[in-house]
Amino acid sequence: MTLSVSLRHGFGSFALDLAFEAPPGVTVLFGRSGSGKTSVVNAVAGLLRPDAGRISLGDTLLCDTTRRIHVPPHRRRIGYVFQDARLFPHLTVRGNLLYGRWFTQRATVPLDHVVDLLGIGALLDRRPGALSGGEKQRVAIGRALLAEPRLLLMDEPLAALDEARKAEILPYLERLRDEVAVPVLYVSHALAEVARLATTLVVLEGGRVTHAGPAAALLADPAAVPALGIREAGAVLEARVVRHEADGLTQLAVSGGTLLLPRVAAEPGALLRIRIHAQDVMLSRAQPEGLSALNILPAVVTSLRQGDGPGAMVQLRCGSDLILARITRRSATALGLEPGVACHAVLKSVAVAQGDVGRATDAAPRGG
Amino acid sequence: MTDWLTPEEWQAVALSLRVSFWATLLSLPIGIATAYALARGRFWGRQVLNGLVHLPLILPPVVTGYLLLATFGRRGTLGAFLESSFGLVLAFRWTGAALAAAVMAFPLMVRAIRLAIEAVDPRLEQAAGTLGASRPWVFVTVTLPLILPGIIAGAILAFAKAMGEFGATITFVSNIPGQTQTLPSAIYSFLQVPGGEPQALRLVLIAVAVAMVALLASEWVSRAVARRIGGA
Repeated sequence: MTLSVSLRHGFGSFALDLAFEAPPGVTVLFGRSGSGKTSVVNAVAGLLRPDAGRISLGDTLLCDTTRRIHVPPHRRRIGYVFQDARLFPHLTVRGNLLYGRWFTQRATVPLDHVVDLLGIGALLDRRPGALSGGEKQRVAIGRALLAEPRLLLMDEPLAALDEARKAEILPYLERLRDEVAVPVLYVSHALAEVARLATTLVVLEGGRVTHAGPAAALLADPAAVPALGIREAGAVLEARVVRHEADGLTQLAVSGGTLLLPRVAAEPGALLRIRIHAQDVMLSRAQPEGLSALNILPAVVTSLRQGDGPGAMVQLRCGSDLILARITRRSATALGLEPGVACHAVLKSVAVAQGDVGRATDAAPRGG
Repeated sequence: MTDWLTPEEWQAVALSLRVSFWATLLSLPIGIATAYALARGRFWGRQVLNGLVHLPLILPPVVTGYLLLATFGRRGTLGAFLESSFGLVLAFRWTGAALAAAVMAFPLMVRAIRLAIEAVDPRLEQAAGTLGASRPWVFVTVTLPLILPGIIAGAILAFAKAMGEFGATITFVSNIPGQTQTLPSAIYSFLQVPGGEPQALRLVLIAVAVAMVALLASEWVSRAVARRIGGA
């Protein structure tokens, strides 16, 4: 089921004018605050009536201003997880979770399943006032899921949480992506979340879409780097855990070779997403020798993008994956880098930070 | 029980309780609707409605009583209509006393409920909408439970005000023992008679007791409800 959105809406000095499609999976709307992300999500939910536009989900038309169609929010069957959980204070956690059940005849998602998925079994009889921020957010996600939505909207569900709480919730979101068939439209301004969750990426700037496409391709596209932020830029690739070695390192297989990382908490065979920051990649034309770096992958330059400053962004093909390297323009000239040139990508061992390693299949921590 | 009150005094107390009970109960739905319209409505004439609701608080009660008599008296437009269509007579009946008490207590009730509604986060109601609840269901399942302490406080305040209403009542329905002689009217009557002070004093004590009990009950109930809602 594909969500397709085209909108025009004026807010005084700011105007929204965009169109994009969100295929199944997690589509992340990425942009700085004030770029119009929340307005887009509100329009999809029906909380904002656009000046002009058309929004459809699969075969269902939700909004079409030319035909004066505007389905009210409660008839859209779109779950919405707000930045500020918005749990009902007069109901217990169980009452909150089952709230949507009063208004739907379907009951295909079992309560137990959602409770297990989100690890909120111990909270059921408590009231929202007694929950931590992370717990509230998990209950809010469960509440939205149990209303049998056809699409789940998440407006920066982690933004109000500290780093520890974010780390607590991210694994649940990954399980959600991998285990629940509901497509998700996820608003974020944190590239780390994008890297872990996104299957599709839509970049907003000043109310317009500047880039859109499959997340892996876009994160490895030098042209998209300025919009995503140079410091944070980096490709995301999939890696399979091969084995844990005796010296505490874990061997991972990527399409272009193998990597050794400090012990990764996942069973052999597990599929992980790893992220390689562009600024943590060095390039060498010759086979590097006498380096302390463990992870060196053969690569071929596919494109090169010169910035305004002294830097250059190089895109490389490593097996079937694309990675990015941020080097200086001077080095690019000295090495004679241009599309088609073979070289070696040296990944500093620290480049694949433990915190950025998503756990796609292992059991997430339980309890509160 | 009746030993320390003469039948006449007892009648006044019972009538006041009856008048206040019905005045509060029947004005509550209208009070909630009015408070909701004032708190959330964006319509032309909202300020006019606000002014009308608060008018009995500011007008001399005699004026309110006279206006009621002019409108709901047997020769008033609405009064004549009510009598011919429903056989309902308000002037000089206890039902009229209930109407006068309800009108006088209305501003206090609406104020309390309106404050409660304004304290409800509209974003919670939005969230309920995205979970499939239509506007009326959002009101019943989210707004109403959250404003319950305000409704209870408003109702008890209105009840206490109705118990004490004097000016509008005596102007609209007079002071007929057993018919329209409420507690305050009875106190007033006893004070007009030489040697009536002891009787008046007994009724004054009852009035004070009822007011205190109402106040304490409202405090207790709204605190209990708030504790349930707050969840802490």
